[in-house]
Amino acid sequence: MARDGEDDEREPHLMVSGKALVKRFGGVAAVAGIDVEVRRGESFGFLGPNGAGKSSTMRMIACVSPRSDGELRVLSMDPETDGPRIRARIGVVPQLDNLDVELTVRQNLQVYGRYFGLSRARVRAKAVELMEFAELSDRADDQVEPLSGGMKRRLTIARSMVNDPELLLLDEPTTGLDPQARHLLWGRLYQLKQQGVTQIITTHDMHEAEQLCDRLVVMDGGQIVAEGSPSELIRRFSTREVLELRFPPGEQDGQLSRVADLAGRHEVLPDRLLLYADDGEATLEAVHARGVRPVSTLIRRSTLEDVFLRLTGRSLVD
Amino acid sequence: MPPVRRSTGTVVPTWRAMWLRVEGHWAWYRRYWRSSLYSSGIEPLLFLAAMGLGFGSQVEAGAATGGHEYLHYVAPALLVAGATMSGMGESSFPVLSGFKWQKDYIAVTATPITPGQLLGGQLMWLAIRLTLSGVIYGLVALTFGAWLRPGAVLVVGVGVITGLACAAPVMALAAATYDEGRRFVVMFRFVMVPMMLFSATFFPIEQIPIELRWLTWISPLWHGNEIARAVALGGADPLAVAGHGGFLLALLAGGVLLAKKLFYRRLVV
Ligand SMILES: Nc1ncnc2c1ncn2[C@@H]1O[C@H](COP(=O)(O)OP(=O)(O)O)[C@@H](O)[C@H]1O
Ligand SMILES: [Mg+2]
Repeated sequence: MARDGEDDEREPHLMVSGKALVKRFGGVAAVAGIDVEVRRGESFGFLGPNGAGKSSTMRMIACVSPRSDGELRVLSMDPETDGPRIRARIGVVPQLDNLDVELTVRQNLQVYGRYFGLSRARVRAKAVELMEFAELSDRADDQVEPLSGGMKRRLTIARSMVNDPELLLLDEPTTGLDPQARHLLWGRLYQLKQQGVTQIITTHDMHEAEQLCDRLVVMDGGQIVAEGSPSELIRRFSTREVLELRFPPGEQDGQLSRVADLAGRHEVLPDRLLLYADDGEATLEAVHARGVRPVSTLIRRSTLEDVFLRLTGRSLVD
Repeated sequence: MPPVRRSTGTVVPTWRAMWLRVEGHWAWYRRYWRSSLYSSGIEPLLFLAAMGLGFGSQVEAGAATGGHEYLHYVAPALLVAGATMSGMGESSFPVLSGFKWQKDYIAVTATPITPGQLLGGQLMWLAIRLTLSGVIYGLVALTFGAWLRPGAVLVVGVGVITGLACAAPVMALAAATYDEGRRFVVMFRFVMVPMMLFSATFFPIEQIPIELRWLTWISPLWHGNEIARAVALGGADPLAVAGHGGFLLALLAGGVLLAKKLFYRRLVV
């Protein structure tokens, strides 16, 4: 077993290690000095709103975007000097699909696989296997153009697997998909995790982060504002439960002062009031006891959305 | 500890990487060859039929055509002109699309293939296409009786070199184009069309007004035409041919270097 920091590049323990990593476009820092470590076999997430710097970070790890400052090792190699060798062993699902839509499903997989030095026989067999995996076998020899968004996304993910990557980079893998398509994808990603594929996933969707990630960092404005497992983050930055209160339009401000002291912390959203409490039921009783009558109430578990709200004062999705 | 996975991916050497791109283009071509064959193969033949056989029948062999029949005079230049047009055409919107619409260049450079190899593959594929359409043109022209000597087979090679020399700078331009590519329309109108007219393709340089003749001298197509006629008709000054060849090779080398630089600038950001 290799030791930390002095990894064997053939069998790295740290798949990615970045220190004070910076990406600047012109004068603007899209990534403003982040430290990040991804271990072998882990599913690691970047959670943050649009513009947080997630894609910029992913592109540096994928060796298609040189870092502006700081240190970065991927598979214990330097992307600056070993780009092709690293790219040979990773799989990339970009935020926007870039399939060859004029080719067939099968051709997309075969042609792409050849770029990794795989033999014709190998890519032929692999394409069949991956179409099975992506549930696209019945569309094998159809052109890609008319396929649905979910099918194209699945094909992009299948394509990223063509070289049996050790590390898979997924930039917003399910954004824009309907719930059924995304559940199918989540299932596939879980399957890959079982096979030992290290995954790095970016998302601005807290459900996705909770579903897929063993460990994640919350990113905002090019910086990492918190790090941990989903449950750790919720425990550290939120309460067990949240009580949501909705009032008729215009009345929320007036009611706030009557209930604010019932919870350790509260947040005011445009359409509702959030009271953070470990026992939501008891807090709701206390609200009623004061004669406050919201239009509707909801008691739910804390999510990463609440963590993000606490850390940045803003919602993940605006 | 989770199981250790070993990727099957490897880095391929540069020549093979370029060849793999040719394979990729071939996968596309196999599906769409009919539409693309028209512009690169059939069009120059229509020109040859109209100009060489039709219009040419009205032109007497004379001093202007070096004593040759018009068909023999115009056939080699039409091949080179066709290669130049398709070379520039294939390097404009199709290359911009690789960066911007189809984004296949973005997809390919996420693999071990580098932007330089991608460019090399594009040029190699273009060379193959130009060779193919040159050979088809040459064979049909042969049935018209357009060729006088065996040396005429070299015209295909001249067409390929001239086409590539004109294509490489256009690829560089495409890599530096971020809008919808209106500049290509301007280029077709104000560079390509004048180049067709002022390169002694249809009539000799002596017929071009002396004040406009500099247009001819800087035109890569004219240099290609001169070499093509030299090998197809014979009796040329080897020194002149070397000069024309030098011009084309310099343009090709300069275009490739510039395109390579701009491909990296566009794809590695
Ligand atoms: N190629 C680029 N040129 C200039 N600015 C860029 C470029 N790519 C990203 N940015 C900027 O960097 C910031 C972070 O973007 P990005 O990494 O795409 O965020 P995310 O993926 O989290 O939405 C944004 O402000 C974006 O406008
Ligand atoms: Mg993004």
